[in-house]
Amino acid sequence: MSRFFSLTRLRALLSKESIQMRRDRVTFAMMIGVPLVQLMLFGFAINTDPKELPAALVAPTQDRFTRAMVSALELTGYYRFIAPNATATQAEAMIARGDVAFVVTVPSDFGRRIERNDRAAILIEADATDPSVASGAISTLSTVAGRALQREAGDAAPQQDRGVEIIVHRRYNPEGITQYNIVPGLLGVILQLTMVMMTAMALTREAERGTMENLLSMPATPLEIMLGKVLPYLAVGAIQVVVVLAAAKLMFDVPFIGSLTVVLAGIFVFVLALVILGYLISTVSRTQMQAMQLTFFFFLPSLMLSGFMFPFRGMPQWAQHLGEIFPLTHFLRLIRSVMLKGAEAQTVADSFVALGLFVVLLSVAALFRFRRTLD
Amino acid sequence: MTTNAITVRELTKRFGDKTVVNGIDLSVRRGEIMGFLGPNGSGKTTTIRMMCGLLEPDFGTGTVLGHDIRRERSAIKRKVGYMTQHFSFYDDLTIAENLHFVAGLYAMRPKRQIVKDTLEDLGLASRKDQLAGSLSGGWKQRLALAACIMHKPELLMLDEPTAGVDPKARREFWDDIHELANNGLTVLVSTHYMDEAERCHRIAYLSFGNLVAIGTTKDVVRDAGLTTMIIEGADVPSAARALAGEEGVDQVAYFGATLHVVGSDARALKRSVTRIAAETDCTAVPAKTSLEDVFIQLMNTSRDNTP
Repeated sequence: MSRFFSLTRLRALLSKESIQMRRDRVTFAMMIGVPLVQLMLFGFAINTDPKELPAALVAPTQDRFTRAMVSALELTGYYRFIAPNATATQAEAMIARGDVAFVVTVPSDFGRRIERNDRAAILIEADATDPSVASGAISTLSTVAGRALQREAGDAAPQQDRGVEIIVHRRYNPEGITQYNIVPGLLGVILQLTMVMMTAMALTREAERGTMENLLSMPATPLEIMLGKVLPYLAVGAIQVVVVLAAAKLMFDVPFIGSLTVVLAGIFVFVLALVILGYLISTVSRTQMQAMQLTFFFFLPSLMLSGFMFPFRGMPQWAQHLGEIFPLTHFLRLIRSVMLKGAEAQTVADSFVALGLFVVLLSVAALFRFRRTLD
Repeated sequence: MTTNAITVRELTKRFGDKTVVNGIDLSVRRGEIMGFLGPNGSGKTTTIRMMCGLLEPDFGTGTVLGHDIRRERSAIKRKVGYMTQHFSFYDDLTIAENLHFVAGLYAMRPKRQIVKDTLEDLGLASRKDQLAGSLSGGWKQRLALAACIMHKPELLMLDEPTAGVDPKARREFWDDIHELANNGLTVLVSTHYMDEAERCHRIAYLSFGNLVAIGTTKDVVRDAGLTTMIIEGADVPSAARALAGEEGVDQVAYFGATLHVVGSDARALKRSVTRIAAETDCTAVPAKTSLEDVFIQLMNTSRDNTP
C-alpha cells in the first residue's frame, strides 16, 4: 500500500461521502433535480425572437383593408390580435399595462383614401420598453402590412409608390435603450436575491447554531420571531431601493415618468413577499447550505421566466403561466409600467393584487410551518 | 398551589416509530435538586424539552409549576429557566448584548439595572463588551446560567450544564446551584458525572426512554441490591479474564491495579470470586457498591429488556 495514495482509502472515502450525500435528501434531490428542471424549462421557454406577440387593433371602420392587414400580420407569426376591435382608450390602457405589445391604429378614412387614391397612413405603436420584444416584429411589420394593403387595394392604386404610409412609434423608449428595460428590472432582481437569501439564512443560522432552541424556550411567539427577523431585512431592502433608484437616475438616466409613491408602494409589497418567502424557506431547510440552495432553486427560474432576461411574451403559453407564479414577474410589470410608461395606480392594480396575494399566502404558509417546527 | 414543581404522568414522545420517551412518571418537589441521569440517547433532553414546553408530548399529562404542559406552555416559559446542552446564546453578540436581549424578551424592568446587577454578580462586569463566542467553556456556562436565572424563574432546567467544563469551574457551578436551591428555586439537572449525581437531593435514572430508578443516591444504590467485591494481587489481568462470564458476575472493571466485580446474585458472585481469586493468587474483599456500578448495571439490564 502506497504512502501517498491507496485505492482502499479512496474507496472508503468515496463510500462515506456517497452515504452522507444520500442521507442529505434535500441537497441530493436538488443536485439532481435543479439542472434537470432548469434545462427543461429554459431550453423550451427562452426565445429571443418572440412570436405571437399580443396586439390590439383600433379600426373604427372594420373594412376589407383592415381585415387584409390583420390577417397578413397574423400570418407572419409575430402578431396575435387579442383585441381586434379596441377603442383608442382601451388600447392605450392595454399597452400601458403591458397586455399588448403593439397597437395598430387604422384611421376611419383609411379605406376611402385608398379608394380615392389619396395618401393613406396607419399608425403602429410598439411597446419598446423591452427593445428585444419590439425589434424582430417591427422589422417585418412595415413590409408585410404594406404589401398586404397594396395587394388588397390592387386596381384602386395601381403601382403607385405613394400608396400607404406606415408610421411606427416606438413607445416609451424611442431609441431602444436596453438600460431602460434592464435597470428597473434589476431593482427587482437585486431585491429578490438579497431579501430572500438573507432572511432564509438568518433564521436557519439560529437553528444550525442551536440558538433557536434557546429562543423558543423564552417567551417569544412565532409571530414575534418572524417579525423580528423580517423587519431588519425590510430596512436593508429600503437602502437597496434608494441606491438602485438613484443609480437609475444618475448613472443610466432612466426616465421616471410615473408616480414615485406608486413605485414605492409596489416595492414595499414586493419586498414583503420576498422576505416572507425567505422566512418560509428557512422553516423548511435545516442548514444554511440548504437555505442557500433553495434560494437559488427559486431564484434562477424566476430570473429567466419573469421577463427580466428574456421577453416574457416570447415564451410559450405554458411558460408564461409558470412565470406568473413568481412575484418578480408582477413586480417587473408594475415598475416598468409606472416608471417608463407613467401608468397610474389603477392601471397596475392587477400587479398589486398579485403581489398582495403572495404576501398573504406566504405568510399563512410560513406561520403554519413555523408552528410545526416547534415540535 | 401544589407542593410539586413538576408532576408528569406517562409522558411519552415518539419520533417516527422510535419511542424516545416511554411513559415516564416523575415528581419533583419545590426547592429540590433533581438529577437526571442516563446514557446518551436515553431521552433526558427530550423529557426536559417536553417539560419546558418546547416539545408536545404524544401521550401523557403533566403540570409544571401548576401549569399544564400542553395548554399553558407560554406560562411555563415565563417561569422556567432552561439552559440548553450546547451554548445557545449568540457568539457574535457581546456578553452585555446577550443579557440585554434576554432581559428584553422577558420584558424585565428596569432593564439596564438588572443587566448591570447580573454582570456584577457574575464577575463579568469588566468583560461585558467581549464577544460571547470568545469566552472559554467555563465562562460561557456561567453566562448561560446567568441569562437563564435573570428573570427569576421558579424552576431551572439544566441540560448537561457542565459538559466540557474544568473541575474547579464545575464545583463553583454546583455551589451556585445549591445557593439558588436554598433560596427556593427548584432545579432539574441532567448530567453524566457521578460526582454531580451525588450532589443532587434525588436522582432519576433514564435508560432507553424508561425511568428505571429514582430516589436519593443512597436509595438507588440500596434498591439496586448489588454486591461488589474488590480483587487485588499480582495477576489481576488473569483474574479479570477468568471472571468474565462466570456465574453471578455481571460487571468486571479495572480501578487502577484493582478489579471491581459486581453482581446481583450475592451468593453466586462470592462463590465465583473466591474461587478465581484463589486460582490466580489474588485476594478478594467485599466493598461498597458505587453509584456508577449501579448505573452500569441498570444500563445493561434495561437494554436486555428492550425488545
